[in-house]
Amino acid sequence: MSGGADLTTPALLLSVALFAIGVVGVFLRRNVITVFMCVELMLNAVNLAFVAFSRWRGTLDGQVLVFFVLTVAAAEAAVGLAIIIAAQRNRDTLDLDAFNLLKW
Amino acid sequence: MTLDVILFYVFGAVAVGSALVVVGQRHPTYSAFALIVTLCSLSAVFGLLGSPFIAVLQVVVYAGAIMVLFLFVLMLLNVKREERRPGGGGAVKAVAVGLGAVLVAQVGSVLAAAARGSGAPGFNASTGHVARLLFSPAYLYVFEATSILILAALVGAVALARKES
Repeated sequence: MSGGADLTTPALLLSVALFAIGVVGVFLRRNVITVFMCVELMLNAVNLAFVAFSRWRGTLDGQVLVFFVLTVAAAEAAVGLAIIIAAQRNRDTLDLDAFNLLKW
Repeated sequence: MTLDVILFYVFGAVAVGSALVVVGQRHPTYSAFALIVTLCSLSAVFGLLGSPFIAVLQVVVYAGAIMVLFLFVLMLLNVKREERRPGGGGAVKAVAVGLGAVLVAQVGSVLAAAARGSGAPGFNASTGHVARLLFSPAYLYVFEATSILILAALVGAVALARKES
């Protein structure tokens, strides 16, 4: 497969748009699980940037990095959801505003 | 415009649209389903960018494993619709969207200037090529560290989620 059409800039802009949507979601939503899904969305946007740069430079290191990001995302989802279950058991809610033990 | 460019824009638009649904939706279950749509269309985008390995991995790991885990937890905790903030929250919403627009403008201008034009000629990201680099000495320690990370996450998830008795 050769370099193909001029998709580098559109792919990078798509990545930025998805990342910004994820950031806005983290600000706006108050359900822990939705916020967590927005973080996954941001990880995906970064993956898209890795793939676009990998294709542009013609090296495969970006693809390998995407593989590692996927692995970390899977581990993060498992641990994060376990923490959410434990927090829900303690506070009986999923509202982020209720988790204020470390606030002063 | 060739077919792959048209498909790129179609799947990119679907990804952005469903990502907006993820953020705008008050019910987490609907957000999860919208996120699955985003991930699958992103997988198509990866395929169009000449990365079949990542495209398949995206569907199998993200849509297949991670999102099922999310839906499982949503089901387990019986999550309700997010209630409206008592004070309206319109100002918070406006500030968040404004900051998002600033982020798009800043990072977008940097990234758009960083790389222009089509891909490098002779780019081949088939599974065999990616695997040869992934299992090369360059990534040996990182790969092994990842397996330890996954094992730690496995044990940690079990330890965190189990009931104290």
